[in-house]
Amino acid sequence: MMEPLLAILVGLFFAAAIYLMLSKFTIRIMLGIAILGNSVNLLLFTSGRLTREVPPIIPANLESLPAGAANPLPQALILTAIVISFSFLAFLLVLTYRAYQDLGTDDTSEMHAAEPDDRPLPPLGY
Amino acid sequence: MAAPTTVDLSAALITAPVPIGHWLAILPVAHCITLGAVLLMLRAYPRLQAWLAISGLAVLALIDAALLGKVVAEGPLTMVMGRWLPPFGIAFTVDLFGALMAFTSALVALAAGIYALADIGESGRRYGFFPLLMLLMAGVSGAFLTGDVFNLYVWFEVLLISSFGLIILGSERQQIDGALKYAVLNLIATTLFLIGVGILYAVFGTLNMADIASKARDLRATAPLMTLASLFLLAFAMKAAAFPVNFWLPAAYHTPRIVVSALFAGLLTKVGIYALIRVLVMLLPIERAELSPLIALAAAATILVGALGALAENDIRRLFGYVVIAGIGNMLAGVALGGTGGGISGAVFYALHSMVLMTALYLTAGEIARRGGGFLLSALGGLYRQSGGFTALSLVLFLAACGLPPFSGFWPKVILVKASLDLDAWWLAAVILGGGFLTTIAFGRLFLLVYWRPAPAAGVPSPAVWRTGLPLAALTALVVGFGILPEQLLALSQSAAAGLADPRAYLHSVFPGGAR
Repeated sequence: MMEPLLAILVGLFFAAAIYLMLSKFTIRIMLGIAILGNSVNLLLFTSGRLTREVPPIIPANLESLPAGAANPLPQALILTAIVISFSFLAFLLVLTYRAYQDLGTDDTSEMHAAEPDDRPLPPLGY
Repeated sequence: MAAPTTVDLSAALITAPVPIGHWLAILPVAHCITLGAVLLMLRAYPRLQAWLAISGLAVLALIDAALLGKVVAEGPLTMVMGRWLPPFGIAFTVDLFGALMAFTSALVALAAGIYALADIGESGRRYGFFPLLMLLMAGVSGAFLTGDVFNLYVWFEVLLISSFGLIILGSERQQIDGALKYAVLNLIATTLFLIGVGILYAVFGTLNMADIASKARDLRATAPLMTLASLFLLAFAMKAAAFPVNFWLPAAYHTPRIVVSALFAGLLTKVGIYALIRVLVMLLPIERAELSPLIALAAAATILVGALGALAENDIRRLFGYVVIAGIGNMLAGVALGGTGGGISGAVFYALHSMVLMTALYLTAGEIARRGGGFLLSALGGLYRQSGGFTALSLVLFLAACGLPPFSGFWPKVILVKASLDLDAWWLAAVILGGGFLTTIAFGRLFLLVYWRPAPAAGVPSPAVWRTGLPLAALTALVVGFGILPEQLLALSQSAAAGLADPRAYLHSVFPGGAR
C-alpha cells in the first residue's frame, strides 16, 4: 500500500521544513516554507486514498463511488493549495530579496529596523 | 462506441429557484471582488478611484446591514454555489455571529476608507491602496460568511495576500522588516490551518461545517478529534496573536501607514478569533471543553503580556499593538469559559467592540501624529491646549479600551468576569480585572504625557480636517452608543452565542430536509 509510505514521506518533509524554518537566515526559512507547502499538499493528497485499481467513476446504477476508490476531491483541493502556496512563495522570495537589499543582512537576529534595540522606555514624569 | 447517455442530475441539484434574499449571502464578496478589479483598472484616476472605493464601502455596509436584518428576522440562510446540494456544493451559510461580524467589519472599513483620503497620498493610491482594501474586505467578508472549511482557508489566503500588499505600501526599511516577520508567521499559521483541513477531510469525508457539526457526535469515539482541535487552536491563536505566538504583532503593526494599521488591528486578529470560535465552539464543542484549561492559561498570559507590554512602550502605535493583544486575551478567556456561563456571548460582544475600538484607537494615533508631529510619548505634548474636542474624543476611546463605564468596553468585561466567577475560575476574573487595571495605567500615562503635558516644542497647530475627524467621531459615537444602550447588542450577541452552542437552526438552513 502506498499510504504508509507517503505518510512517512510527509513526516520527513515536515521535519525538514521545521528544521529549516528554525534557522535564523531568511533564505533557509524560505526553503523551509517551500518544503512545508509541498508537504501539506502531499498530506492532502494522501488523505484522499491512493489507488488506481478502482476508477473514481460512479457506475450508472449506484449513487456514490464504489468502495475503495480514490476520492477525487483532495486532488481538487491540492490544485487550489498549490496555486496559493506558489504565489505566496513568489511574493515572499521577492520580499526576502528586498529585505536583504534594504537591511543589508539575511540574518534575522540582526533585523532591527522596525524594533531598534536602543528604543527608550516611556518617560516616567515631566 | 456506446451512445453518450444523458445523466439525470436533478437529484443532486437544488431545482427550486433561489429566493432573491439569499443572494445577499454572496453579494458582499462578489461586490468587493468586482469593485476591487474595477478600481485596479482606474489606477490612473486617483480621485475617481478613491470616491468610487468609498461609495463602494458604503454600499458594502448597506448590503451587510440588509443581510444582518434578514438573519435577525428569519434565522440563518444558506446559498450554495452552482446549485449543487450540500455538502457537495460549497455553501455560504450566514448565521447571526457571521452577519454581526461582517456588518461591523464593513463599518470599520468605511471609516478607514474615509480616513485614507487624508492619510494615503497620490503614490499610495497609485500602488493600489484602494483595490487592495476592497480585496481585503472580500477576504474578510468571505471568511465571516462561508459555511465550508476549505473555503474559509481560501478566504484567509485572500485577505492575507491583500494584507501583504497593504503592509508594504511605502516600501520603507521598517516596513520591509515588519512585513517579513508578519508574512512568514501568518503564512505558517495558515499552512497549519490547511494541515488541519486535510486531516479533517480524511476523518469526516466532508468540508461542510453543518455536515461536520452533525457528524462529530458519532465519530468522537474513533477519530483523533482532539489532535484536530489542538491544531486548529494553534493555527487560529497564531492568527489572533495569542500568547505565546503573539510576537509578530508588535513587530509589524506599527510599521505600515496608520490607516492600514487601523484596518489590521480592527479586522485581522478578529478573523482569527472568529474562526477559532466557529471551529471550536460550533464544530468541536466537546474538544473545546477538554482544551479549556489550556485556553484559559493562554488567555491569562495573553492579557498580562499585552498589558505589561503596553506599559513598557514609548511608541504609541506599539503601545496600541499590545492593547490589541490584551483584547485578544479577553476574547480567548470567553472561549475558554464556554457557552453555559455566557463566556461565548462575552467573547462575541468583545470582538464586535474591539473591531470598532481598535480601529478608532489607531486612527487616533494618526491624528495625534498629525497634530503633534510624531508617535513617541517622550516627544509629544500639549494636545489638550490645541484641541479640546479631539482630547474629549480620545479620552472616551481610552476609557473604553480600559473597560471602564459608561463605554462599550465595560459590558463584555462584566459578562466575562461574571462568567468566570460563576465557574469558580476566580483567578481568570482576577487576571481580566488586573489586566484592565494595568491598561488603565498605560492609558492614563499616555493621556497625561500627550494631552496634559505642556508642548515640549512650540509646534504649528494643525486645524481639524473632516476626512480624519468624521470617521473618528463616528466610531467614537458607536463606542459611546453601545456603552450607554447595550441591551440590543447584548441580546444579539447572546442569541449569536446560543446559535453557536446549539447549531440546529444552522444545520436546518443547510439541510432543510434534515441531516443525511
